[in-house]
Amino acid sequence: MKDSPGLHFKTYVLLLFVVLFAPMGNVLLSKGMKGIGSAQNWTPADLFPVLVKILTSGTIWLGIGCLLAFFVAYMLVLTWADYSYVQPASAFSYAVVAVLSYFLLEEVVPPLRWAGIAVICVGVFVVGRTPPRTTEKA
Amino acid sequence: MREFFFLFLVILAGTGGELCVTRAMKAIGEVHDFRPAALVRFVFRAMRVGWMWIGIGMMTVAFFSLLAMLSIENVSLVVPVTALSYAAGAVGALLFLHERISPQRWIGVLIVCVGVTLVWLSRR
Repeated sequence: MKDSPGLHFKTYVLLLFVVLFAPMGNVLLSKGMKGIGSAQNWTPADLFPVLVKILTSGTIWLGIGCLLAFFVAYMLVLTWADYSYVQPASAFSYAVVAVLSYFLLEEVVPPLRWAGIAVICVGVFVVGRTPPRTTEKA
Repeated sequence: MREFFFLFLVILAGTGGELCVTRAMKAIGEVHDFRPAALVRFVFRAMRVGWMWIGIGMMTVAFFSLLAMLSIENVSLVVPVTALSYAAGAVGALLFLHERISPQRWIGVLIVCVGVTLVWLSRR
């Protein structure tokens, strides 16, 4: 398939949705799970009340909603772009999730973690300079 | 120890699920019509592909494993560490989807893995 400007534009728009909705979803899930707490012994009897709390948590459902929006954008972009392009390109969401966790959850993010996330973004940049599709259209 | 178990499940089931979903989406074909009604029809068409359901099953396992991880560790650690799936994803795309992965992509994936290692080392 030709690498037209239109193909690149719609790829970048959907990747923007991917890198925004996925981190927001994960941060909301984290907020919900921190409120619910971890299971103590991880036995079925211990896990059931935790499962009930998960399924009745508004924050968890809001997070699931964000992840569903991410999933739809992800599915759409995968219909024309390579998986091995989309998956690394969506890694910008790792930087976004750290920023959101710092501001919304007040998590302490050590310098080494920021450095690691920056290295991940460099890897994303390297991958992002390859064509979206390397296989022929069926 | 349980952190490693859940991380293993997130990576394995998550990557396997994404590969299955990708295979299903490639079978359906590229989206050209972005109107809501057309997108709904597209989703229903996707739901008739077997690979989609296998993928959704594996991603469900990955999702609950992620919830378990998030109840133990901070999200700023958990989410970047799950990027280990990049290595699994690249190998899976090569073997399962027959994508041609250029040396530049491999280098990018390798750099991402170095970043993930640094993030994991920041764990207290």
